[in-house]
Amino acid sequence: MTPLDFVVSLALISVAAGILGSLVGLGGGVVIVPVLTLLYHVDIRLAIGASIVSVIATSSGAAAAYVRERMTNLRAGMFLEIATTTGALSGAYLTTVLPTRFLFIVFGVVLAYSSFATFRRRHTDEPLTVSNDRIANYFDLHGSYYDPAVKREIAYKVVGTTPGLALMYLAGLVSALLGIGSGALKVPAMDSAMHLPMKVSSATSNFMIGVTAAASAGVYFIRGQIDPIIAAPVAAGVLLGATFGARVLGRVASKTVRIVFVVVLVVISLEMLQKGILP
Amino acid sequence: MERRVRNAELAISLVLRVGVLVSVAVIAAGLGLMFAHHGEYLPIRGHYSYRELTSRSTQFPHSFKSLGHSLARGEGRGVIVLGVFILILTPVLRVAVGVVTFLYEKDLPMALVTLYVLVVLVGSFFLAGA
Repeated sequence: MTPLDFVVSLALISVAAGILGSLVGLGGGVVIVPVLTLLYHVDIRLAIGASIVSVIATSSGAAAAYVRERMTNLRAGMFLEIATTTGALSGAYLTTVLPTRFLFIVFGVVLAYSSFATFRRRHTDEPLTVSNDRIANYFDLHGSYYDPAVKREIAYKVVGTTPGLALMYLAGLVSALLGIGSGALKVPAMDSAMHLPMKVSSATSNFMIGVTAAASAGVYFIRGQIDPIIAAPVAAGVLLGATFGARVLGRVASKTVRIVFVVVLVVISLEMLQKGILP
Repeated sequence: MERRVRNAELAISLVLRVGVLVSVAVIAAGLGLMFAHHGEYLPIRGHYSYRELTSRSTQFPHSFKSLGHSLARGEGRGVIVLGVFILILTPVLRVAVGVVTFLYEKDLPMALVTLYVLVVLVGSFFLAGA
């Protein structure tokens, strides 16, 4: 396969990764890393570097549309970034201390549980109308969005900012340590712990993952993990896919987004367990 | 209040769109340049494998110094790295715009929150040794 064939085929796969990633609020690393390592036999270090590029591309590409359409909860997202960036920064220092295999198993189990928790909420998607959460009230993190699928404005209140912050710290830590799973913990944190509507959770996670990834991108660049011939088709393809995917989210039902997310989460969880048990 | 939130949303959405468009344009130009300089990368000319460009020993810029040298020589791969760098900086710029917008709206708690995020982000780049 010549370099041109490689660039064109990888760009096409990246479009699909961008659509999926923007729809469920994940970075698309779940598609990019296995494709690069298993299909193209690319070194895992370079594959992880490409996955960071894919996360930032998904986030910026989709968030531009989501923020404009008010699907993103801007204030909640920016508030929770305190925890994700701090987590990402501490993760960069813990890499050498903690055994990676053990971490894969722990987070594989955590994600398996969150996929179950997210699935269980599929019938109880009613937004909250009152909140006694002092932090949420002080920073005014509540919001509303127009849902084109049901054709009406949906107002919602936010609760559980403390467990939300804790989970977001963990999310930042995981993405810095393992290079995957940056959005996998963010969506359940907002959906299950903070009771944001599913579509808002997905769009807000999308908004946030770019910042979490940017916090560790500098390290990947200096370590020489961002190979231009891999990064170029991934960035271009994912941006195109994410821009298209962002147009779809509004129109599909919340329940569909939830089910797609649960399926992807189960796959990531199995991927992590496999890496921990059979290295 | 509602109108103010709308201003922040539009400003942030604009920053993200401009960042994305500029980075895609630079990356595309870099790819074009790379293939224009290296006829052996194209299917018509021969048997050069992509594996030579994606192995552990592949050389490409991964510091500001080597990126500068590569750009000075007009290499396509340098231009691609520059485009990827613009993409990486887009979320950072988005946070910076957030700080300014919240200050402008006199929303001090949120301005401090976004300022903290910005400091951690910029700090992470310096700690990386860039």
